[in-house]
Amino acid sequence: MHASTQHETTEAAVADKLAEALQAKAEHQGCGTSGGSGKASCGSSAGQGDLPTEIWEKVKNHPCYSEEAHHHYARMHVAVAPACNIQCNYCNRKYDCANESRPGVVSEKLTPQQAAKKVLAVASTIPQMTVLGIAGPGDPLANPEKTFQTFELINRTAPDIKLCLSTNGLALPDHVDTIAGFNVDHVTITINMVDPEVGAKIYPWVFWKHKRYTGYEAAKLLTDRQMLGLEMLTERGILCKVNSVMIPGINDKHLVEVNRAVKSRGAFLHNIMPLISAPEHGTVFGLNGQRGPTAQELKALQDSCEGEMNMMRHCRQCRADAVGLLGEDRSAEFTTDKIMAMEVNYDLDSRKAYQALVEEERVAKVAAKQEEMEALAGEQSDIKLLVAVATKGSGLINEHFGHAKEFQVWELSTGGAKFVGHRRVDLYCQGGYGEEDSLETIIRAINDCHAVFVAKIGGCPKADLVKAGIEPVDGFAHEFIEKSAITWFKEYLNKVKTGEIVHAERGDAEIRQGALTNAA
Amino acid sequence: MTLKIVASQCTSCSACEPECPNVAIFEKNGTFVIDPKKCTECIGHFDVPQCAAVCPVDDTCVIDNAYPRYQPTA
Repeated sequence: MHASTQHETTEAAVADKLAEALQAKAEHQGCGTSGGSGKASCGSSAGQGDLPTEIWEKVKNHPCYSEEAHHHYARMHVAVAPACNIQCNYCNRKYDCANESRPGVVSEKLTPQQAAKKVLAVASTIPQMTVLGIAGPGDPLANPEKTFQTFELINRTAPDIKLCLSTNGLALPDHVDTIAGFNVDHVTITINMVDPEVGAKIYPWVFWKHKRYTGYEAAKLLTDRQMLGLEMLTERGILCKVNSVMIPGINDKHLVEVNRAVKSRGAFLHNIMPLISAPEHGTVFGLNGQRGPTAQELKALQDSCEGEMNMMRHCRQCRADAVGLLGEDRSAEFTTDKIMAMEVNYDLDSRKAYQALVEEERVAKVAAKQEEMEALAGEQSDIKLLVAVATKGSGLINEHFGHAKEFQVWELSTGGAKFVGHRRVDLYCQGGYGEEDSLETIIRAINDCHAVFVAKIGGCPKADLVKAGIEPVDGFAHEFIEKSAITWFKEYLNKVKTGEIVHAERGDAEIRQGALTNAA
Repeated sequence: MTLKIVASQCTSCSACEPECPNVAIFEKNGTFVIDPKKCTECIGHFDVPQCAAVCPVDDTCVIDNAYPRYQPTA
């Protein structure tokens, strides 16, 4: 679309070198991006479940659209879109802290040329990086030239990488055809309301056609444009994820209605996220004391919306310049200074070879779960409980309790193991949590769990966990999460049956907000 | 008069730059500035100054009293 006109000579030289190195591979179309039938190189259908093949092909290595994929595949965001066309009460663009992880925050803005270089650098370093998203820090479609020029450059140099974007939807109807033209398979729209009365409490204003609108009028305009954009995307077969911020007392009950509205317009996935509203973020909600939901409130709402439509439970509310697997942030390895100094060797074949290994891993994981599920067949119980898992990825229990920055939460029942969320436990950016009370913090974060699965755990925390009523389980180190959890659950049911233990409900847990730090 | 951007408040989001009908806004030392020679307060183009309407931070694109009022030629 927009060919790059003028940029610095160093950048031009780098771009030329890249173009040369990539010439041979430029023709290649990556697996999955074109939909259609499965290709041998794309591996098996592990995790497909009841999804139609053409949809599975689109989501199977997109970590945000497939919970199963997020254990194996990484994504990156490039911060090429700083401008925004609306104002939200949960957003404040003025504050940026390198240790802060929340949407709308970045450490540096990139030009489309820098972004393209960064994508190649990351793709060469992290072969399981399959998705490039533009999510801000403003709105990608309020910066259409920068967004589409970035897509254009990446389509040319790294055609196997899936492109996606996340928008507030206001400008979406104007750009749907361009988006479709870039073979973008995934678009996320943040929809917090379908009732302008509710919207007026969330959005102070929107800027549209040279005018700032406020109040009801602003929210009405926004919701109309969002619904129109969603319909236009689904008509074109583009998968749509809807993000909703759960704001207790403002839109928590209303989100059930939002869920119905987006489902009926063909949205593929609904992601209900907890409001982040610490006062130090300087947002309207942070400053007026608006609280976020508890873990139980969030899960109850997600459960009530789960029906014909998939609910996303693995969102980490990442930064607009996040790099890596969901739940990790490697953006500090790829600052502009560092990537400009990097020798990039974008080798599509080695990326494909690596991804083939990942696929083997996935098949093994699914097979292990299958085996255990058969063993669970016959068991009958109404007991449903949560367990926390310390993992570094690949679907394994492979993290030390004391090193975990987050815990995955799985719901166990005789129906099997279901991923229902994650809890962050890393130290808070603004401080206040010392060494001594970090364990207390962890216990508060997983207080609704009956057990915590870890690769290893020290004696002291073990005793404290037991005291808090959470069983530390280290007997399944480096084994598959689901298989281990089901095995443990079977034993648990047995112990309840024989009277060895009494099953009791657990309390609520706290959703921790803020920093996803790189410090160990 | 002309508008100016309060540098200490500018988030450098660039939203104002493409909205300016006079192409008076450009980036300088990490924030955006308005060329007072080009700014017309959007008179003759729009009802309200576009930079102020799109700016995410209140009271950041403001009238600069150091300059005389803009006189439309008509």
